[in-house]
Amino acid sequence: MIKQRKLILGSTCLTLVPQLAFARNPFEFQTPVTPIARETLYVHDLFLTIIAVLFSVGFGFLLFSVIRYRASRGHRPALFSAPRTPLQWALSALPILTLVVIDYIVMGIPAYHAVLTLANTREDAALVVKVTGSQWRWRYDYPDQGISFISNLSTSQEQRDSGAPTDPNYLLEVDKPLVLPVGKKVRVLLTSTDVIHAWWIPSFGIKQDAVPGFLRETWVKIDRPGIYRGQCAELGGGGHGFMPIVVEAKAQPDFDKWLADAQTAAAQAAAVTTLSKPELLKRGQQDYATYCALCHQPTGLACRAPFRRSLAASRSPRRRP
Amino acid sequence: MSSAITDFGHHDAHGEPRGLLRWLTTTNHKDIGILYMLFGLTMFLLGGFFAELIRGQLIHPANHLLTPELYNQVITLHGLVMVFGALMPVTAGFANYLVPLMIGAPDMALPRLNNWGFWLLPPAAIVLVLPFVLKLIGIGNGPVDTGWTMYAPLSVQGGPGVDFAIFAIFLLGASSLMASINIVVTIFNLRAPGMTLMQMPLFVWSWLMTSFLLIAVFPALIAGSAMLLADRHFGTHFFSAAGGGDPVLWEHLFWFFGHPEVYILLFPTAGIMSHILPTFARKPVFGYRAQVYSYWAIAALSVVVWAHHMFTSGMPVAGQLYFMYSTMLISVPLGVLFFCWMGTIWQGALSFETPMLFALGYIVLFGIGGLTGLVLADAVADQQYHNSFFLVAHFHYALFGGPIMGVIAGVYYWLPKMTGRMYSERLGKWHFWLTMIGFNITFMSQFFLGVAGMPRRIPDYALQFAPLNMVSSLGAFLLGASQLLLVYNIARAAAGYGKPATNEVWDGAQGLEFTLPSPPPHHTFEEQPVVT
Ligand code: HEM
Ligand SMILES: [Cu+2]
Ligand SMILES: [Cu+2]
Repeated sequence: MIKQRKLILGSTCLTLVPQLAFARNPFEFQTPVTPIARETLYVHDLFLTIIAVLFSVGFGFLLFSVIRYRASRGHRPALFSAPRTPLQWALSALPILTLVVIDYIVMGIPAYHAVLTLANTREDAALVVKVTGSQWRWRYDYPDQGISFISNLSTSQEQRDSGAPTDPNYLLEVDKPLVLPVGKKVRVLLTSTDVIHAWWIPSFGIKQDAVPGFLRETWVKIDRPGIYRGQCAELGGGGHGFMPIVVEAKAQPDFDKWLADAQTAAAQAAAVTTLSKPELLKRGQQDYATYCALCHQPTGLACRAPFRRSLAASRSPRRRP
Repeated sequence: MSSAITDFGHHDAHGEPRGLLRWLTTTNHKDIGILYMLFGLTMFLLGGFFAELIRGQLIHPANHLLTPELYNQVITLHGLVMVFGALMPVTAGFANYLVPLMIGAPDMALPRLNNWGFWLLPPAAIVLVLPFVLKLIGIGNGPVDTGWTMYAPLSVQGGPGVDFAIFAIFLLGASSLMASINIVVTIFNLRAPGMTLMQMPLFVWSWLMTSFLLIAVFPALIAGSAMLLADRHFGTHFFSAAGGGDPVLWEHLFWFFGHPEVYILLFPTAGIMSHILPTFARKPVFGYRAQVYSYWAIAALSVVVWAHHMFTSGMPVAGQLYFMYSTMLISVPLGVLFFCWMGTIWQGALSFETPMLFALGYIVLFGIGGLTGLVLADAVADQQYHNSFFLVAHFHYALFGGPIMGVIAGVYYWLPKMTGRMYSERLGKWHFWLTMIGFNITFMSQFFLGVAGMPRRIPDYALQFAPLNMVSSLGAFLLGASQLLLVYNIARAAAGYGKPATNEVWDGAQGLEFTLPSPPPHHTFEEQPVVT
């Protein structure tokens, strides 16, 4: 029996020790920077505490029975098969009633509040951005400002082939992050051009599916400037693991400056009507790098990992618009 | 196949075929039960192989064991094989073998249907996995790669592997419906005189509810799959907005089946618990009626909570609130079940043979699965959990910690009855402890990964997730390897080694099946027992 107890202890330690290697509390989400994320973290901490208590009570009873009611210690079994006295009925009803109270009062009320808060995307919204998922990148539009760009994974192929990447933002870096102002409510509209994707940024507490052919909405209001990273959270094919989301939150003056620059650049791009051949080639190369290179090599033949299927030999999957 | 299994004291008086033909044409509930179980075990090993590939790929970042496409195929096959190939057949095997014995019936009510029901399964499994094998030898572009949830439009866009999967689902659906109808008919019509519904063993009750659920919800998946097939090849637009359809419709159809499905997997093992716990606590079942009513309540609730899998799909507020609160309600009957299991061992005289160890492990692990489910029910907090590794950990605690642990407990419990031989108790205990340790290392780390922000279904990941993934992978290798002990124990007893088992097998074992010899003769209860 000593052996069994040692085993229990040993296995518990084995699962816990690796967690100790982390400075951060392994039960905690990434640092929240929006009202929703804070509310969610509060709820998460509360729930985890509650279920930890429930588990400990249940496990305690189990452990007690296993130790106390051993046949090998000559314990004679009782014969009851249901509660009999009113007291026993009351004791049986107690855990169930506790569960109901936990469900609908302790958890249910904060949850109600959170659902309504999250659904309120319009009130006081200072800015609207549109997020479009595509296999396998994100496109960001600022409809009222006339800006739009595509945001691609920018982790280098060398890092991905290396087998031992060192880039601290490995697979979490993009060429053009979404830029948002801090302290303002931003209404986020989402859609997709092909399959369902999901826009998830843990420190915003937001995960919203982008459904092709429909608009979904959510909102964020970021506390402080910084760079926040997330990933697509709905399987969307071979490149699903490689469409990160990066948001750069700037203080209002910095954001305004960024906006002005971006608008100037957009205006310049729109003003150009005729292009010389070298300019066209340069444009084409840029577009190739932004849109095509993720899947296709310049030779048109072999495709690099993760898309090993070659263009020439492809029985490529059918695409529907 | 050893003679110990094939013989079973069989008599050839009516000239039945022998060898392979016997197994192909058998209408005997014990033969069919054994076929189901062996099929389930094979699929468990195949699904386990896929699982080890997944953890092999995830053991460190920038690993190139599998390409992203292959990785998606492997996770999809892992899910489908484990759910439809391993768990459902193995519990159906228990039902076929045990229900007639437990209710004192000579066989299942519809023996020919029973045979068809089983023999649809191997073709289904072959159809599902064939594209994977073909791909290995360079033909085609692989099996279904959409995740077991097969969300449209990804599944509309996918290659021919998706068609194979749809066809497999049709076969599996037909098989499940045949088995379920057979079980319902058997239970309602062939009970021994004197056995009222409220005297049936709880395993029989649990399978009655499972059958009802299967009959109620599998058609939704079949219909959905047919619509998917039509979208793929016949120009319909059920799931495409361009033609007036809606991709989210697939999610509704899938989860209308998918959520009850988790209880379809769970119920039979909840029933098994109420056989094992009383035996090794030497005490009657606690709260028989409460358990039956809980089964009913869980079954009824499970068909009205499905969209808790879709909190991030963009549901209106009313939908979010309804599905959140209704989901929370399930915790009440589930809590009653836990209470009854605890009540059964409370003040008993416990001994800890392998089935009991697995049953106790079930309470602990499934407890964690259920409790974390409660957390997932919060519609807004679910934005952090959904499709993260937290969710993966939840449903593995719920599905491995529950049904798989329960099935293993049941195997050790009834193996001596079925083979007439005791398994090795020492190896059984090793199996239990290694499983517990391996399982918790594998999946506890995944809770932390999810909370830290790692999405599921990605073949490569950011560096902050590396240490825990390494831990999880090592745990998975241990967990996988220790299941070989189960295979050995089963093979050993089936081959006729080990101490002979008595009729009662366990002192204190209750139920009609323990009044029969071990193994029971080919035909049982030719004279109906009378229950008083
Ligand atoms: C109190 C009991 C339970 C509650 C409240 C609960 C709740 C939930 C919720 C809300 C989700 C969706 C989470 C998400 O997608 O973000 C979920 C997922 C899941 N649950 Fe549970 N659950 C419970 C018990 C169980 C049981 C008993 C099983 C199986 C025997 C189970 C198996 C699953 C599976 C397989 C999934 C995920 C499927 C997928 O997305 O691939 N759960 N659960
Ligand atoms: Cu995506
Ligand atoms: Cu569910």
